[in-house]
Amino acid sequence: MDANAAKYIGAGLACFALIGAGIGIGNIFGNYLSGALRNPSAAAGQFTNLLIGFALAEATGLFGLLIALIILFS
Amino acid sequence: MHQFEIVRWAHLKLFGLDASFTNASFYMVLAVVLVTSFLVLSVRGRALVPTRSQSVAELLYEFVAKMVRQNVGHEGMKYFPFVFTLFIFILALNMLGMIPGTFTVTSHIIVTFALAATVFVVVTAIGFARHGFGYLKLFVPEGVPFWLMPLIVPIELISYLIRPISLSVRLFANMMAGHTMLKVFAGFAVSLPVVAKIAPVLFTVAFTGLEFVVAFLQAFIFTVLTCIYLNDAVNMHH
Repeated sequence: MDANAAKYIGAGLACFALIGAGIGIGNIFGNYLSGALRNPSAAAGQFTNLLIGFALAEATGLFGLLIALIILFS
Repeated sequence: MHQFEIVRWAHLKLFGLDASFTNASFYMVLAVVLVTSFLVLSVRGRALVPTRSQSVAELLYEFVAKMVRQNVGHEGMKYFPFVFTLFIFILALNMLGMIPGTFTVTSHIIVTFALAATVFVVVTAIGFARHGFGYLKLFVPEGVPFWLMPLIVPIELISYLIRPISLSVRLFANMMAGHTMLKVFAGFAVSLPVVAKIAPVLFTVAFTGLEFVVAFLQAFIFTVLTCIYLNDAVNMHH
């Protein structure tokens, strides 16, 4: 197989990591929403933790994207 | 990819190393100058009832101070200048990058890695300075049965050593992916025929708004994680 073609296939495969990122982020926000709808007054206190959780879940997906970019451009 | 290119503006060689003044250096200097002049000039009046700009400076201070106090405790305020500098520097660099035509300094892994490596070295040094070799107890959580240790300790060690990488890659990938996506959709907005132009234009506008949020959020997350790592080092309650 042509090395260039393999690069593109590899980069595309590496993006599968973003599935996990999508599920994780949806999970976090979904749980926050269901908790906030049950106990609205406690929701504001956890907003910071929501943002931290979102960033950490997003980061894992972006590690996969980073590998894709590394494969594509080196 | 052209937007991420580093361009030398003034060539300079120091001890055989390339120390040219680049577009990245310019935006870093600009961030420092803007932030310093804003913070110094706005608080100059020292009004008890703050003016608008003094209010903004006080809000920034209180935001980061609250973060440090909550995550590290009152002893952590010793490290407040470091944490505040990190936060405001990354925030300024991210925000400068949102201006069309500018260069996003934090979209280069070497910049974010330098910041993350600084945080890692500083936190480890503080840990060893405060607790001596007792700092290594960080890798041996309380209440773990001894037969699990050969599994737990390497895992804890790896997750500690991966901190500078995760910290730097999180910021770098967010900035680079964000700006690349903006460029792709802006490219569509330019190249598509008039009938199909409206969709990419609207999406680019919405996504630019999201990118502003991401710029602030990533600076905040970097700082909050620094505070959490500092907490591990300062108060070793694992």
